[in-house]
Amino acid sequence: MNVTPSVVASRGAPRATGRLARGALAGAAIAYVAILLLLPLIGIVAKAFAPGVSIVGDTLGRPEVRHAFLLTGIITAITIAVTTSFGLVVAWVLVRQRFLGRALMNAVVDLPFALSPVTVGLAAVLLFGTGGWFTDFFAAQGIQVLFALPSMVLVTIFICIPFTIRELVPVLEEFGLEEEDAARTLGASIWQTFRRVTLPNIRWALLYGIALTTARALGEIGAVLIVSGTISGKTETATIYIFSALEERLDAQAHVVALVLAATSILLLVGIEWLHRRNEQARSRT
Amino acid sequence: MSMPIKVEGLTKRFGTFEAVNDVSFTAEAGTITALLGPSGSGKSTVLRMIAGLEVPSAGRIWMGDDELTAKSVQERAVGFVFQHYALFRHMTVAENVEFGLKVRKEPKESRDARVEELLELVQMSNFARRYPDQLSGGQRQRVALSRALAPRPQVLLLDEPFGALDAKVRQDLRRWLDELHRELGVTSLLVTHDQEEALELANQVVVMHEGRVEQAGTPADVYDDPATAFVAGFVGAANVLHGHVVEGHVHLGSFKVPGADHLEEGAAAAAYVRPHDVRVSDEDTGVRGTVDRMATLGWLARLSIRLPGGETLVAHVPHDELGETGEGDEVWVDLRSPKAFGLEANPGPVDPAAAELTVNGSAIPSSS
Repeated sequence: MNVTPSVVASRGAPRATGRLARGALAGAAIAYVAILLLLPLIGIVAKAFAPGVSIVGDTLGRPEVRHAFLLTGIITAITIAVTTSFGLVVAWVLVRQRFLGRALMNAVVDLPFALSPVTVGLAAVLLFGTGGWFTDFFAAQGIQVLFALPSMVLVTIFICIPFTIRELVPVLEEFGLEEEDAARTLGASIWQTFRRVTLPNIRWALLYGIALTTARALGEIGAVLIVSGTISGKTETATIYIFSALEERLDAQAHVVALVLAATSILLLVGIEWLHRRNEQARSRT
Repeated sequence: MSMPIKVEGLTKRFGTFEAVNDVSFTAEAGTITALLGPSGSGKSTVLRMIAGLEVPSAGRIWMGDDELTAKSVQERAVGFVFQHYALFRHMTVAENVEFGLKVRKEPKESRDARVEELLELVQMSNFARRYPDQLSGGQRQRVALSRALAPRPQVLLLDEPFGALDAKVRQDLRRWLDELHRELGVTSLLVTHDQEEALELANQVVVMHEGRVEQAGTPADVYDDPATAFVAGFVGAANVLHGHVVEGHVHLGSFKVPGADHLEEGAAAAAYVRPHDVRVSDEDTGVRGTVDRMATLGWLARLSIRLPGGETLVAHVPHDELGETGEGDEVWVDLRSPKAFGLEANPGPVDPAAAELTVNGSAIPSSS
């Protein structure tokens, strides 16, 4: 006789615990993101403005700070140009061509994710430093690689290689070949096909790749620190400036520079996301 | 305006696999030629080589007197329609149709006029501002066709254009394409695995199998006078009876069928008989069978007749010829115009199960 109520009860119970479990899971996720991602950012903002707003103008007016930002900007710009153009080529080859060693190439592309930047910097020192494989060659050309811009750019590119490729490969795979074939039968050149058919379809993946690359290049320190020789006013990037400023107890200046770097990266990522959404909405309204 | 297409010795190897092997045929100006074959027969590869999307391993391609073999896709200026439409998903219907004119740098006014004209032709004017994902399959294929026609190609290549559509839409589009072709008269090559489609639309049918041309001819040639066992089995339904050759006949245990004069004495052979060439007779034909099943399909009946040797024949017989015949009756069977093929020389579908499939999957002539 009591069978029916007990069935109802046993059905009700897991539902209640299910809701509880889902709530706990959501709470854990939010707490995790808030504590580990947002709190440090809030901390930087608070610390940067603690000595008063004038510290911002004061710090950004310093010649060594300006030079550090300029250097970071140059390195980032070159890195974006190289990783974007070669990233397109590598992603295209990985998706569209079948060749011996393709799987290996696919794995090698991710290598920078697995390596510590310090290791990358060390490798560059071994290649271009005293007794390195390429040292004599570049010395003969009169090009200073180590402790100068070339090695700093080189290690940053190395570290940023995977971002564009990893964004592009799945999108290119999904896009397929047929639309490109169609464009070519309609008389489009390879360049027209790329610009009018392929690019509009991989545009957002490419932009995300560039945004991630920018953020990573702006923030890189480990490898750059090792190859730069930290020559103040010469090979000091924004991140290296933060590092040295903290050592010299110029905490406020370090915080302001850190804030600028963080704000640039975040604005870039949020901005692209916003543009993408706006674009999707405009498209779905027609 | 339209041009003949000629291919000679066309061959395509992917590694050691020969997808297309020494294919030659001519598609006359203004006609429709169907490349008909099962999947994997190399027909799409032939089409893609003509378009320039694949590079032939050997052979030559002409459009009129103009050799295309070494030309780029861009220079060939052929219209191509893909099985899965391949519409540009980020462009509207009108932009899709305009694409081929835009990349040729045609002036804006003439582009707009041409797009309007073509969308009218394919009855898609009301959809000009829609995106491909807002259209049905049939509508997409009509847009794809108008896009291919926009730059006024001399040749239209259609790769299984109705393959991804359901039966009803396929029927409609087939009729519509036929009318459109009569109106435009552009030389068309149609790749299909659907024999009915090929026979209905084409002036010439090129039957392909395992990378080779089995037979090229008019639909009537290919259907009534198949050159190989494969063609006999693939184009139209056929009963396949296995036996061996004795004095110009294929012997099948208790009976024999004529038409094997060209085959070597004693060789293994198969006789192909179409279901509508199997008739029930009052006179002694020498072949006796039992009606196992009888199904009515409108104006004709479909009979399964079991022969003494155990083989089952499928027969399509008009009702008025049947009289009182019913299931379980013994009847005389008249096998008209059998086609005999030697098995060693040309295996074809020797697998009895495959032959059975051909019969069961037979296209019953629709009541029209």
